[in-house]
Amino acid sequence: MKTKFIAALAASTALLAPMAMAEDMATDMTLVSWGGAYQKSQVNAYAVPYMDMHPDVKVVWDESSNEAVAKLRAMNEAGNVTWDLVDVVASDAIRLCDEGLAMEIDPDTDLAAAPDGTSAADDFGDLLVSDCFIPQIVYSTTFGYRTDLVGDTPPTKICDVFDLEAYPGKRALEKRPINNMEWALLCDGVAKDEVYDVLATPEGQEKALAKLDTIKDSVIWWSAGADTPQLLADGEVVMGSTYNGRLFSVIVEQKQPVAMLWDAQVFDLDGWIIPAGLPADRLARVKDFVMFATDTQRLADQAKYISYGPARDSSAPLVGKHADLGIDMAPHMPTDPNNATNTFLYNYEFWADYRDDIDAKFQAWLAK
Amino acid sequence: MSDLKSTGPQAAAAPPPAGEPGGPVLAADGTPLKRSLNRALRRQKLRALMLIAPLLLFVLLTFIAPIADMLFRSVENQIVSETLPETVVVLHSWDSESGEAPAEPVFDAFYVDLFLAQEQKLHTRLGSRLNYEKTGMSSLFRKSGRRVGKFDTDIYTDQLIALDPSWKDPATWVAMMADSGDRAALPFTARTWDRWVAYLATEGDDPAKTKIEDVLFTTLYLDLRATNGSGASDARITQAAQAAAGFETVSLRDQFADADKNWMDPEVWGTIKAFSPRYTPGYFLNSVDMQKTPHGIETRPENQQIYMMLFKRTIFMSLVITLSCVMLGYPVAWILANLPTRTANLLMILVLLPFWTSLLVRTSAWKVMLQQQGVINDTLVWLGIVDDADRLVMINNQFGTIVAMTHILLPFMILPLYSVMQTIQPTYLRAAKSLGATNWTAFWRVYFPQSVPGIGAGSILVFILSIGYYITPEIVGGTTGTFISNRIAYHISSSLNWGLGAALGAILLAAVMLLYWAYDKVVGIDNVKLG
Repeated sequence: MKTKFIAALAASTALLAPMAMAEDMATDMTLVSWGGAYQKSQVNAYAVPYMDMHPDVKVVWDESSNEAVAKLRAMNEAGNVTWDLVDVVASDAIRLCDEGLAMEIDPDTDLAAAPDGTSAADDFGDLLVSDCFIPQIVYSTTFGYRTDLVGDTPPTKICDVFDLEAYPGKRALEKRPINNMEWALLCDGVAKDEVYDVLATPEGQEKALAKLDTIKDSVIWWSAGADTPQLLADGEVVMGSTYNGRLFSVIVEQKQPVAMLWDAQVFDLDGWIIPAGLPADRLARVKDFVMFATDTQRLADQAKYISYGPARDSSAPLVGKHADLGIDMAPHMPTDPNNATNTFLYNYEFWADYRDDIDAKFQAWLAK
Repeated sequence: MSDLKSTGPQAAAAPPPAGEPGGPVLAADGTPLKRSLNRALRRQKLRALMLIAPLLLFVLLTFIAPIADMLFRSVENQIVSETLPETVVVLHSWDSESGEAPAEPVFDAFYVDLFLAQEQKLHTRLGSRLNYEKTGMSSLFRKSGRRVGKFDTDIYTDQLIALDPSWKDPATWVAMMADSGDRAALPFTARTWDRWVAYLATEGDDPAKTKIEDVLFTTLYLDLRATNGSGASDARITQAAQAAAGFETVSLRDQFADADKNWMDPEVWGTIKAFSPRYTPGYFLNSVDMQKTPHGIETRPENQQIYMMLFKRTIFMSLVITLSCVMLGYPVAWILANLPTRTANLLMILVLLPFWTSLLVRTSAWKVMLQQQGVINDTLVWLGIVDDADRLVMINNQFGTIVAMTHILLPFMILPLYSVMQTIQPTYLRAAKSLGATNWTAFWRVYFPQSVPGIGAGSILVFILSIGYYITPEIVGGTTGTFISNRIAYHISSSLNWGLGAALGAILLAAVMLLYWAYDKVVGIDNVKLG
């Protein structure tokens, strides 16, 4: 009699336990992202299926990733963090982690293992560039050019950007030193594996600026990722750098006469961070969501909507066709072997150190 | 206010007896009239104050306080002395001109500070702060933070525990650190212990149950060597003090040199020392193209000077924009003021319409108009005025900024001008003409002087708005048409150097106030009318 009662009790607590856990999770979640096509891909690939599984959960999107670091710092100082999960580029994630504004995660307990059992830490591999960073996508900053404005020999090498004789006309470059300095040195004869050693010296910085000086009068400097696609579509520039996903939509979705120049594309990462100091119920909810949203299938699903490479090794074979256009997405990924013959990886450590210094020089040079 | 104050002493003095000849005039209730008047006035003023109190509080809380807080950041620099309290004190006696890295005691103190900082994840924050002043500090702190927990200081732990295994027990430390005699014998350990306990409290850990870290054994050893444990009541301390002389030691200076050779660079220590005070002029120096270095205040290298040029450009372009607004706005306002009301109201809508349109839309529209493949260039090429090969460059430069901002700010000029011109009697002009003035003389000598207050008001509005403008220069300014506010925005949202952003903002604020003061001196602020 007594044992029966205990067994019943145990069974009922076993039933109750998951319910109690669900109750401990907040039902509202504020996700921060970049807006536009990228955010839409996240909504479709992560949030909609998650809400199908948990109909009581309400997801609010905030398009503030652009200024996430500053806003998180302000929220932290005010002691009222209203965001639950923030999409940032890796360099910002490193800074947020450095400032203690993002929570450290343990990939093996906080992230799902790959279907074949590979641990999350191995599946993401080197892309876990910070203790707080949960990678989602690999994107690249690369050049696109107007096929109708470059004559019969379209550019194939990064140094064609610096060749005003063969390709006259304006170029669009980002209004910051990162990437531009590397490309300039590369085209000034510096070997690829020595670029950062050279760039660390004042002479190397001068050298890079001197190379940029040769095209300075033909450059339109952009600060928003949407600028270059617009400038290309208007025919304002012959070629310009921007994120590969933006160029994809200009070429494939808007069918503009634009082509990709993948040479010396710079890989960068984008992913989630969880703000530090969330209350327990919100943290439980966001951890549950992250576990789901960064699993192998979800990351592969995202590639259906936008041409950014999934950050997990195990997701790559699952990348299929574009959700609306039905074209194969793999050849449009920056990580596709045909596109990735000559690539750069954003050097986070270098730029964390040299950003302030080189930026001051770069801005002074720009203003001259 | 002066009335309020003057009631004080009078109220305190006893009123003279009523009806006495030569006494003050009395009110109906027998109090002196002056006093009861004052009281009534005070009540009125209080009521007025209460009426505006919500707005006053609102402005104080949401406007003045944030601005004051932000301005305060331009000098605030507590992060260094709060993160490295021990180091800052010892470093004080080190001479940054010595050309050598500091001696052992600085590294002993720094070891403790850095260990506690990395436990609390504060070292990387300090690293980014110091990286604004010296390149490389960010990774130096991040890298050393990872290494500091693995220093060879565990030999002190091992040797002390070998001497008496009870050292391993955290509870004995709690008891020892509660004893004032022991604390006096081990001052460095006591200070470190207090910080350690404070940190554990934030983590919710019990110091009596948490493993004693190597860092505490290190400070214990250093204290034993320094004070010989004299005055301690714990017998273990006296025992250890005797044995400590024969301990195997480890140089923390070498440990740090091993972790990163940059710790042997006197410039690194010079920077820490130069920025160790709680308040620093460093940000302000940076914002006028100077810098605070270990060797005093220096001008920045020429290839990094940017802010003075941006300040000058901002003021110059704001003046140009203000002037173009006057030139374009004056005739418009004049026409509006002299048309019949119905037509004037209709035209007024045309002035106000862009005012109600989103700023971004208007700015982007100028992009479409001005760019090389834009409407204006296309038209000029079609008309054959401009050759297709060299289309005009009208955007992403100063010209683009001036055109777009003049258009955006024009209503701020037209509206005050219009309302002032409406009050000018047309009869004055007619009178002037009937007295023989030409059209020009009548306008210049009679009409124009009366419209000056409107120009003044419009100019102040337009100038102050444009000096702090940010989004339009960002979009159409390219590299030569951007303002100082674009750099402020960069430092606030991108580089996170809020101190520098605050200093630049403070200078901008001061410049505006100075110009306002000069304007008041020259033109007189009484001559400004908004309507």
